Amino acid sequence: MIKLIGILLVAVGFGFRVNALVVVLAAGLATGLAAGFSLREVVAMMGRFFVENRGLVLPIVLMLPVVGLLEKHGLQERIATLMRRARAATAGRIYWLYQALRGGLSVLGISLGSHAGMVRPLIVPMGEAAAKARGELSEATRERVRAHGAASENVGNFFSDDILVAVGALLLVKSVFDNAGVPVTLEQIKLWSVPTALWVLVIGWWRYRALDRWLAKRKDGDK
Amino acid sequence: MNPGLTLEHFFMLTGLFMAAVAFGIARNPDHPRRWGSTVFWLVLAIVIGAGKSLPHELVGWLVLAMGTLVATKQVAVPEFSANGAEREAKAARLGNRVLWPILVVPVLAIAGSFVVGSQVALGIGCLAGLATALWVTKDTPAAPMKEGGRLLELLGWTIILPQSLAGLGGIFAKAGVGEEVAKIVAATLPVSHPLVAVIAYCGGMVIFTVMMGNAFAAFPIMTLGVGLPFIVNANGGDAAIMGALGMLSGYCGTLVTPMAANFNLVPVRLLELKDDWAVIKAQAPFAAAIWIFNVVVMYACVYRF
Repeated sequence: MIKLIGILLVAVGFGFRVNALVVVLAAGLATGLAAGFSLREVVAMMGRFFVENRGLVLPIVLMLPVVGLLEKHGLQERIATLMRRARAATAGRIYWLYQALRGGLSVLGISLGSHAGMVRPLIVPMGEAAAKARGELSEATRERVRAHGAASENVGNFFSDDILVAVGALLLVKSVFDNAGVPVTLEQIKLWSVPTALWVLVIGWWRYRALDRWLAKRKDGDK
Repeated sequence: MNPGLTLEHFFMLTGLFMAAVAFGIARNPDHPRRWGSTVFWLVLAIVIGAGKSLPHELVGWLVLAMGTLVATKQVAVPEFSANGAEREAKAARLGNRVLWPILVVPVLAIAGSFVVGSQVALGIGCLAGLATALWVTKDTPAAPMKEGGRLLELLGWTIILPQSLAGLGGIFAKAGVGEEVAKIVAATLPVSHPLVAVIAYCGGMVIFTVMMGNAFAAFPIMTLGVGLPFIVNANGGDAAIMGALGMLSGYCGTLVTPMAANFNLVPVRLLELKDDWAVIKAQAPFAAAIWIFNVVVMYACVYRF
């Protein structure tokens, strides 16, 4: 039971909104010690997993100089100019299209972009400019439009990557069943991932239509 | 097909970039947390750039040191001034050329992933994007360092949460936390009922993913502890249907947890949102609607096929 102290710490940390990094490190230390490892062993484990997972920072950090330089030279302003000409574009439609495109490419095992590569430089400025073309945005409205842009990336990214090309998630599912001696084929897992991927498109359509309607009705920028 | 360029080279490059950011902060007397921030980025530069050649224990202590700096609020972001009018003028001059570099990156990354590894290809894509951006804007090489450093400072500690979380997941696995939880779930819920088993499995995937920030970590635990014994063995459910929809239920958890920093906190910082939960709030209705769908489909099909 004492091993569960890490989970307790995470839950309490959530409840009190403690900084997530601090919670994670504390929970790791506590769990390792509670399970009977020495302090030095636990710290070494943390170090090993950290080094093994350094790859997670690369796509974000390497993109920052490119995005920063282009924004200095008016990337967002240029996108705004283009969006003013595209009258049919609304924030919701742009996000839905991006979600669908992101998901569609991910079916083929292609990762189109990320928050640093696509969302901040391209997708959110497009959504924001399209919303702005229909009236000034208050700070709160702007936040909401931006947050939905990030959501379109995540939702597009998550739910369709185990349909065609065998990548991480699919292989993990298969290997867990293989190790447990349960016969399962990749084709079966792929097939049963399809309904949810289609449903996600429907939900996206509903959510982004709701965003557009909310933007059309809001009171803060009726000018 | 090995061009001699490995992921390690990109880690060194990233380390150098972070070290440059640290020196920039050290030279800025107006920085709100000058020395704390300098040490944070310098330590991170070392761990990222040279992590492979350092002893694991040392890296562990350095990670804890960064955590301590964050916990004591010694790492901060300065106020950056924006010059909208100047950017507007530059945008008019460059026209659509300013968009090119952004498109160069994914095109090269996708094309390159068929030749070299996808991460190396992305690295090459980013460098090519940077070269294109410098060529299009005719700016000095110092400019992308400065502007990129500004964005890096905005990200702050969220940049190391995913790796730290991988450590937590690894320690949980070694300590056998998952087995313990699965035992408790099995002992407290009437999981021998087919519907309860499906809800407990899909719900457990969400809760575990929320706690660990990663559906991949939750999947083996819930599948071995709840899914296989109660859905497959006790009730004759289909393993493939259960596994596919179980994993997708875990993703619903990813949509609503700040632990999934790369997806939910990094964009908050990148988009300069005030509410740390803004992205999660936008995603919560998605998560609920998709989770319910998964449960319904699983219950309707898993015992039938």
